[in-house]
Amino acid sequence: MSETGAGGMSELVAHAEDSALWATLRRHTQARIGLGRAGSGLPTRHRLELQAAHAAARDAVHSPFDPDTVAAALTGTPTVRVRSAAPDRLTYLQRPDLGRRLDATDRAHLPSGEWDLVFVVADGLSSRAVHEHAAAMVRATTARLPAGTRVAPVVLAEQARVALGDDVAHAMGAATVVVLVGERPGMSAADSLGAYLTYGPKPGVTTDADRNCLSNIRPPLGLTYETAAAKLAALLKGARELGRSGVALKDESDALPAAAPAQSR
Amino acid sequence: MSTYTSTLGGERHRFDSLARLLAAASPERSGDRLAGLAASSARERVAARWALSEVPLTTFLTEPVVPYESDDVTRLILDTHDPVAFAPVAGMTVGELREWLLSEAADAEALAAVSPGLTPEMVAAVSKLMGNADLVAVARKVRVVTAFRSTIGLPGRLATRLQPNHPTDDPAGVAAALLDGLLLGSGDAVIGINPATDSPRAVRDLLELLDGVITRYAIPTQSCVLCHVTTSVDLMERGAPVDLVFQSIAGTQAANASFGVTLGLLDEAYEAARGLDRGTVGKNVMYFETGQGSALSADAHHGVDQQTVEARAYAVARRYDPLLVNTVVGFIGPEYLYDGRQILRAALEDHFCGKLLGLPMGLDICYTNHADADDDDVATMLTMLGVAGASFVICTPGGDDIMLNYQSASYHDALYLREVLGLRPAPEFEAWLGSIGLLDERGAIREVTAHPLTAIGRELAA
Repeated sequence: MSETGAGGMSELVAHAEDSALWATLRRHTQARIGLGRAGSGLPTRHRLELQAAHAAARDAVHSPFDPDTVAAALTGTPTVRVRSAAPDRLTYLQRPDLGRRLDATDRAHLPSGEWDLVFVVADGLSSRAVHEHAAAMVRATTARLPAGTRVAPVVLAEQARVALGDDVAHAMGAATVVVLVGERPGMSAADSLGAYLTYGPKPGVTTDADRNCLSNIRPPLGLTYETAAAKLAALLKGARELGRSGVALKDESDALPAAAPAQSR
Repeated sequence: MSTYTSTLGGERHRFDSLARLLAAASPERSGDRLAGLAASSARERVAARWALSEVPLTTFLTEPVVPYESDDVTRLILDTHDPVAFAPVAGMTVGELREWLLSEAADAEALAAVSPGLTPEMVAAVSKLMGNADLVAVARKVRVVTAFRSTIGLPGRLATRLQPNHPTDDPAGVAAALLDGLLLGSGDAVIGINPATDSPRAVRDLLELLDGVITRYAIPTQSCVLCHVTTSVDLMERGAPVDLVFQSIAGTQAANASFGVTLGLLDEAYEAARGLDRGTVGKNVMYFETGQGSALSADAHHGVDQQTVEARAYAVARRYDPLLVNTVVGFIGPEYLYDGRQILRAALEDHFCGKLLGLPMGLDICYTNHADADDDDVATMLTMLGVAGASFVICTPGGDDIMLNYQSASYHDALYLREVLGLRPAPEFEAWLGSIGLLDERGAIREVTAHPLTAIGRELAA
């Protein structure tokens, strides 16, 4: 290899131990760096690793939501099942408007009452995230609510996006909705749960700027249930005091992203 | 408003406006169905194409798809239309334009000469009559050359944007991905970072990091931190090392407003960046990203199909003689482009329309995990766009962007494309790669495990 070159290159010493360098650099980034080459292509191992990550993401998007799994994990807590206006996964992926709206029959069957809060467990783009984390988040958050909080039955929603929660809360008469939704799977995580809090939701009027969001709930690598529930409880308290949620509402303890990441909506 | 009709197989089809006709003629995609604009049947789609093929090009000058009075992009398109350049095709219909574009008469010089006479709606219309192969064949003939510290768009060249993103803008993490890309011969179009936040401080830190590397190693390329145009203007006033001003743009005034931009703001940024005069071999200072679906997503599409609105964004871009423009073709998700087939079609359309309108068109060939696409689709698109003569493609480590959470082409993919099509990097960058020993005797990127450049990573990781 040439040691001569432009701009002060020649004074630098080539280091033989570059596998050690890549190991060091990988401590600073999850990016797929220093993969090596097979001609112009990737070494077989790295190609298969990429395929494995994509396969996990694809399966998370397309595995059917199983409300029984979540209901079973919530034994003792009343649940209601609803579907969105999107009849199947293919329609759901292409028609976000339908995923934000309740099926008309299911809307009519929702119980109404003087609720302070309703949890909506929505499959979103990862049923796996919901199966693994939603029930635990409902429990951890409920445990931190002030005594006397009137919590509606937990709504388990299929083919559902975040804004479906507005429709649910409106139909049930709930003052606040927390949507626990499977986030769009990435290549490093296919089981990330998001929590979206909306105070006084109004279908078709409420926008993403009116919500507060916690993302990457995914213990042990992401947020733990305890941390997420504590933040959520603080946001619920703040929303009640402020009379609104969204950009105007901040977590008191530490900075929270006020706006929702685009891919989860 | 005119009505358009055609009779196909004894069935009569009627389209109530030019916008409806264009939408119905558009190849199938989920975004047009989401907007309620798509043809209701395959027959209606072809009937719309028959009718569209007979529309005179002059109609596009008298029947704007978005009202002139309420939209500054329409005003820009019509007020800057060049009738002299238009003259050679002024008597043609859309169908005749397709045949002329494919003919030998339409060589690089003729296409460059007619470009200022074509409007986005004209090129969008003709693209709807063209097959994928037509889109490649015509785009391949168009030559758009731009320059800053490297020259983009010369025959037989393919440049790359090196995209070393990091979810928290960690300098060592960025440097690691930057090093990886340079060692694989990437970065001649731009070293461009999507920052995690738009805070001026964070953007400035990244600009200084990139400027430091480019200066220290005398790399003939330019940097860009893809912040909002107002942030760039602010940073230029404060003396930050801004090479290129970036902005996402769209094809209607309302969609641009949703991005927080106006033509006035872009004018201001353009003048400021030109004034810095940081280029060495050229003065193109703007970098734009676009993508089908952004106008609908902002509820600002005015009943125009997503491909036609996208082409209108190119009218905004061409006002500023940009160094680089790329469509981020599969990023927006399956509600706009459902699968690999739709993403490929959109990529070819955007590249064709952009090139015909005189833009240095590149692509972010990408997909999200909820779209029905994978890395094989990336390889297919990359190959077709390489044949079509794309100016540049975006490359990420292993094709996996850990900041934006999507998959794009990899540095390896660019090596593949250069190898199979015999494409070389931008000449200044190629010379630099040679000077630091990264080119082998065939001019291909040498496989190295140890190289002085690794000092970039070593210092920042220390």
